[in-house]
Amino acid sequence: MTSSKISARGFFGKLVRNQLFIPLVALLILVAINLFADPTFFKISLEPSSTGNLILSGNLISIIDNASELAILAIGMTLVTSASGGQDISVGATIAIAGSMILRFVKMVSPDISGGKFAAIIILSFLACVIVSALFGAFNGALVAFFKIQPMVATLILFTAGRSIAAWINNNDNISINDTRFGYFGNFIPGIPVPTPVFITAICLIVIALVLKFTNLRLYAQSVGINASSSRLNGINPKLIKLLTFIILGICVAVCGFIKVSRTSSITYSVIANNIEMDAILAVALGGNNLGGGKFNLTASVIGAYVIQFLTTTLFKFKVSSSEISAYKAVVVIILIFISAPVIRNWIADVRNKNLASRKSKIGKEAN
Amino acid sequence: MEAGAILEMRGICKYFPGVRALEKVDFTLREGEIHALMGENGAGKSTLIKVLTGVYPKDAGYVTLSGVPVHIKSPQDAQNIGIATVYQEITLCPNLTVAENMYIGRTRGPFTNWRKINADADHLLDELGIPARAKDQLGNCSIAVQQMVAIARAVDMDCKVLILDEPTSSLDEQEVQKLFKLMRDLKSKGVGIIFVTHFLEQVYEVCDRITVLRDGMLVGEYIIEDLPRVQLVSKMLGKDFDDMAEIKSDSDAEKVDYNGTPVYQAINLTGTTGIKPFNFEIHKGEVNGFTGLLGSGRSESVRAIFGADRVAGGKVMINGKPVTIRKPLDAMKHGISYLPEDRKRDGIVGDLSVRDNIILALQVMKGFFKPFSRAQAEKFADEYIELLNIKTASQDTPIKSLSGGNQQKVILARWLLANPQYLILDEPTRGIDVGTKVEIQKLVLKLASEGKSVTFISSEIDEMIRTCSRLVVLRDGKVVGELKGDDLNQNKIMATIAGGESNDIQ
Repeated sequence: MTSSKISARGFFGKLVRNQLFIPLVALLILVAINLFADPTFFKISLEPSSTGNLILSGNLISIIDNASELAILAIGMTLVTSASGGQDISVGATIAIAGSMILRFVKMVSPDISGGKFAAIIILSFLACVIVSALFGAFNGALVAFFKIQPMVATLILFTAGRSIAAWINNNDNISINDTRFGYFGNFIPGIPVPTPVFITAICLIVIALVLKFTNLRLYAQSVGINASSSRLNGINPKLIKLLTFIILGICVAVCGFIKVSRTSSITYSVIANNIEMDAILAVALGGNNLGGGKFNLTASVIGAYVIQFLTTTLFKFKVSSSEISAYKAVVVIILIFISAPVIRNWIADVRNKNLASRKSKIGKEAN
Repeated sequence: MEAGAILEMRGICKYFPGVRALEKVDFTLREGEIHALMGENGAGKSTLIKVLTGVYPKDAGYVTLSGVPVHIKSPQDAQNIGIATVYQEITLCPNLTVAENMYIGRTRGPFTNWRKINADADHLLDELGIPARAKDQLGNCSIAVQQMVAIARAVDMDCKVLILDEPTSSLDEQEVQKLFKLMRDLKSKGVGIIFVTHFLEQVYEVCDRITVLRDGMLVGEYIIEDLPRVQLVSKMLGKDFDDMAEIKSDSDAEKVDYNGTPVYQAINLTGTTGIKPFNFEIHKGEVNGFTGLLGSGRSESVRAIFGADRVAGGKVMINGKPVTIRKPLDAMKHGISYLPEDRKRDGIVGDLSVRDNIILALQVMKGFFKPFSRAQAEKFADEYIELLNIKTASQDTPIKSLSGGNQQKVILARWLLANPQYLILDEPTRGIDVGTKVEIQKLVLKLASEGKSVTFISSEIDEMIRTCSRLVVLRDGKVVGELKGDDLNQNKIMATIAGGESNDIQ
């Protein structure tokens, strides 16, 4: 019975059930709408920036640039979702902490220093920030893994406290870095026309791809997320794996915090990365990943992140004001989530199969 | 219409695309009888039940209830005309009280007189002899009591036909007895009960009649006295059943060298799950068993050996060398494998593919930083799918969509792939069809003849006698005896399990 069912589903069924299907279709629809409304949307030009560099500009570039933080977060959020069956809602607040940390470290050393030393300071500050962010991730992870607190509740602590901690780190000062070199990481490096965050995102994606290829992270995280008890009896330590995914998310947060503060060379504690946790969770959901944990598809999550940014930029393009944009986004999200629900996808595939079957039987009858 | 028949199903057919699930099946249930519906997995038992309860529409045939033709379109329909079903998994709400569970969905209007309902519920519970009170929270009751509450709910809805679909698979012996008592009470009140189970012993204990299905066809209906157990099995399998008797003939317990160094030896092994410290050893090529009632500590003992639960003390030696086993990975690295009792909870990783499930243990032993290549994993999976004759659409099929027996084979494959010297199988034959049971028992003996040591645990003593050459008997968390050779017979084992004066039982 099962075998005949599977073969009957055929190519279309497989396509509809593929996890990349929904985010890719969403992307295509957005592209189509923009092409129809205003083909100049896709125009990319090489123009001199305010500092006199030649840089690429255009909507596509700004989408790819601005989606960077979200794409990087989606990596960690997908892993946390897979292993723990829950989401980390503190990432926006911990990005504030990470950003504040970096500014503090850079500020501690006197500014306006020579090139080589500057690079060293940036690297050291960044590494320190990675460690601290990883520790905050471990804090969340420990609450989830060892104290068995629901991820959303456990991360509610830092969600609430994070921005205050970020403010404390710099005594609530409005810190800004005057050295223009600090802004390279969130904007452009002179002589390179592509925004730097795009490269940082690419590096992160390559690193995680290598990690997934050369370790068993995927198998372990999925096993733990699907059945922790079985995993333990197969020699996996579920607690450690959950902790590990939260630490990885912590590192992603550090990278995001770095990009964020570099974009403006300053920080506003209450605004930086506001609501990004919801977009990150949305990216995971858009990618067709089960928010209850288990199997995951990282590529789909990352494409989901770009879809969200594409949508935001498109709405801006249609002159939707920033206060109204959430409502529009919500409508689109409802539609996307609705069609990405397995129930609906199976239904679509079945309806299609029935049509096929009835057509076939008609043909059969005619032949008789 | 046959005299005394409440339910008659005639010429029932049900087809799925490409599959004939039921072909002209007749089934008759009489007033006040317990009727076993038997067959291997895929024989059509569940399809027949689902047609009867309106889950599936039937493709041909008719159903009459007390002589009146009925058309059952939905489970709600079935309930309304007095056909109630209690499934293997409890379908009640554990966070509600017993009374709430019994009356949920059956109250009318926005106002409910809970005092009256609680009184009614208590009355019914008393009448049926169910040890629960109306206001108890259901989740706090034992599984057996929950099962009985589900039955009480059905009975209170004036059911004429009660379907029990594998109700005993998560109950221990005493709980089963309580359930049987309830079944007999209902029977004396004229309720017709359809009993679906895998346990042959239970069929012979409580049923009056047996209907056997095979490959979607009716094999026959028999009065229980007319159908000895071996005959029943052969009817279910559709072949003469000397397979089982032959199982042991090719094994040779004599070959085991009991004087050599044991493969595994534990001295005063102390668990933290309520078992007393115990000594245990197993030799190369030996098959032994742990037996005792459910809750006697047989599973807890093997879990302690594997380090599945925290171990509090004791000395463990592998091939004479002292080792420390604190967690499953330690045991795995010392060549011990453990197939857990509860396949669904502790064995399978449901959404993962058959392939991932097969390589899991070996992969974990190999290490986090050394994943198998895809080609290697596929090779392993292919090899074991063929070796154990696992029926799956492909390697990529999620294990949860396989039948119980095939899931169990996948878990077996996982542990065979890990190539252990000592393999612990806790209830490997539970809830799977007879054919696969025999396959697994044969496999155990084959492994032993290849020099592996195996601990085999089963609730069915027949199976243990056929496969094991030595039995460790437990009672109340304590080892109370060890049987081998001529002592390995049903009477002696029962006597040892029960304890006290063994003559009473013989």
